[in-house]
Amino acid sequence: MTHSQQIPITQVDTLSAAEYEEIDHELTLLETRQAASIEALKIVQRHRGWISDQSLKAIADYLQIPVADLEGVATFYNLIYRQPVGKHVIHVCNSVACHLCGYDEVLRAIKQHLQIDYGETTADGNFTLLSNACLGGCDKAPVLMIGKEHHGNLTSTSVIDLLNSVQGENLGEQEGSKQ
Amino acid sequence: MTALSHPLTYQVNLTSPKTLSAYCDDGGYQGARIALTQFSPEQAVEQVKASGLKGRGGAGFPTGMKWSFVPRKATKTENENTYLVCNADEMEPGTFKDRLLLEGVPHQLIEAMVIAAYAIGANKGYIFLRGEYHLAAQRITHALNEAKTANWLGDNIQGTGFNFELHLHTSAGRYICGEETALINALEGKRANPRAKPPFPQVAGLFGQPTIVNNVETLCNLPHIFRHGIEWYQSHAPESDAGTKIYGACGRVAKPGLWELPMGAPIGKVLNDCAGGMQSGLKLKGLLPGGASTDFLLPQHLDVPMDYDHVAKAGSRLGTGGLIVLDDKQCPVAMVLNLLRFFAQESCGWCTPCRDGTPWAVQLLEKIEQGKGQLADIDELYRLCDFMWIGKTHCALAPGAV
Ligand SMILES: NC(=O)C1=CN([C@@H]2O[C@H](COP(=O)(O)OP(=O)(O)OC[C@H]3O[C@@H](n4cnc5c(N)ncnc54)[C@H](O)[C@@H]3O)[C@@H](O)[C@H]2O)C=CC1
Ligand SMILES: Cc1cc2nc3c(=O)[nH]c(=O)nc-3n(C[C@H](O)[C@H](O)[C@H](O)COP(=O)(O)O)c2cc1C
Ligand code: SF4
Ligand code: FES
Repeated sequence: MTHSQQIPITQVDTLSAAEYEEIDHELTLLETRQAASIEALKIVQRHRGWISDQSLKAIADYLQIPVADLEGVATFYNLIYRQPVGKHVIHVCNSVACHLCGYDEVLRAIKQHLQIDYGETTADGNFTLLSNACLGGCDKAPVLMIGKEHHGNLTSTSVIDLLNSVQGENLGEQEGSKQ
Repeated sequence: MTALSHPLTYQVNLTSPKTLSAYCDDGGYQGARIALTQFSPEQAVEQVKASGLKGRGGAGFPTGMKWSFVPRKATKTENENTYLVCNADEMEPGTFKDRLLLEGVPHQLIEAMVIAAYAIGANKGYIFLRGEYHLAAQRITHALNEAKTANWLGDNIQGTGFNFELHLHTSAGRYICGEETALINALEGKRANPRAKPPFPQVAGLFGQPTIVNNVETLCNLPHIFRHGIEWYQSHAPESDAGTKIYGACGRVAKPGLWELPMGAPIGKVLNDCAGGMQSGLKLKGLLPGGASTDFLLPQHLDVPMDYDHVAKAGSRLGTGGLIVLDDKQCPVAMVLNLLRFFAQESCGWCTPCRDGTPWAVQLLEKIEQGKGQLADIDELYRLCDFMWIGKTHCALAPGAV
């Protein structure tokens, strides 16, 4: 499967005024510029959906740290996307409680329904499928997160209803990129 | 459920957590008022020491003792600071207790952090929240704003002369960030590898300054210790460690969930009385008493009290107090494989035994699970476990994995 083509890939290596403003706000609260690195990555990702090489460089320049250091931070985290993702990112919990409660069937149903594997995005750019460590909803296993929303007690049929309802929502909304 | 029987959870409301005024109507911020007006910081530390509170983040280190390691200075230079950090990175598989407190009663944590900061002399604090807890982030932000407006945060708190600034930091999903020194690196905006201990953070932590990192649940005990006193706190569990504990159960039990009980409740009580036993048709085969990094216990251990000493004596660790229950229709090798895959994926890659050892063990277990295992593989696993044991790696992730 190809990655979504709908996400604008910024060629310029500067940030927008809004992005600078939000990062500046973080900087007023923090001791050092570097301390804002995760927040800055999240801010830019909220605006652009993911962190391109250009974005990475722009952030590193603004925080006055080496790009390699910021790359070390960016690639460290599960919720910072260094590749384009779809409108809705699905994070399926694959940890122990979800394993015991049969998440593998839910996962199989998702893969079959969307025709994608882990790390892939649907051709229409709507969904990206990723795994996640324990989502802290073990009493409602199996659990997944779409965008910011957690969903529990899933079965291989209820998860399809869930995907359909997400797809049915106003697709103009940028829910999936609001991480 | 009353303030006296269920101090940590009686104010929990998951659908719509209490506003500051509703929280105060039911005893909220009374503990903080008492601590700030009736105790000196030194006395407050002594009070927590005397209470017997131990860290609920999993290691059970006595909280008051930990606080007493923070150097005290009558006057600080401009570059000197003491920090208080709440560890809300909860990512241990099978653990979901802190989430209840964060989403259900955010003001309790803020009140608790005011007390802790006062006791250790910190004027700045952070709540380090895992990135996936979006709802908690929203609710904490709201509560922080309310607390600021009501002067429970900021300068000259309630006219006591104590200043405390508290910020929310949301992470972006990585298990190792919960290890306190990795967490400190993450807060500094660095790659979150753990640091070698000693020096412990109490002496040299965030930006090289004295720092206390405490778990959400640990902190949430504080308002109640100051409001109701040490005798009351200890009366919950006279035979065991003090106070109450939030226990959990997950896996194929009848009613998975969380329950606040006196510290030292027997495993069987949590499993059978609270979680309703196994789902119908299933039998108990074994359980992990406190998260993925604790060792298996067996059905014969049901009367073991769930406190730090008793669970250790039974050959495991209390950890976070959340039971992960294995039933007789599940393959234990597949479960262990799942756990090890988690540790292999989440290894930060700094120490060779952990970076290479965890995936190696995964490969061996995959072989065994597919029925292609040989006796030599078991020996190999033992050897790997030895390489990854305590003292051979920088942090407890690898020993936790084996
Ligand atoms: N809540 C969760 O999501 C998770 C919890 N854990 C738990 O974490 C535990 C391991 O944590 P660690 O921090 O590696 O344990 P640790 O025993 O090294 O430290 C526990 C606390 O006591 C302090 N401490 C320990 N020895 C000290 C000394 N000699 N002097 C001064 N202070 C000292 C440490 O600074 C720390 O705050 C495990 O027991 C595991 O159950 C592990 C993963 C996730
Ligand atoms: C790999 C690893 C992950 C950890 N994750 C957490 C965590 O998510 N939450 C937590 O409170 N403690 C976690 N800990 C334990 C912390 O290092 C530290 O002991 C704890 O925050 C101290 O707080 P306490 O004294 O209040 O228990 C982790 C430890 C290790 C080794
Ligand atoms: S034991 Fe593993 S997780 Fe811990 S510091 Fe070493 S490599 Fe990183
Ligand atoms: S193991 Fe899946 S939510 Fe905890």
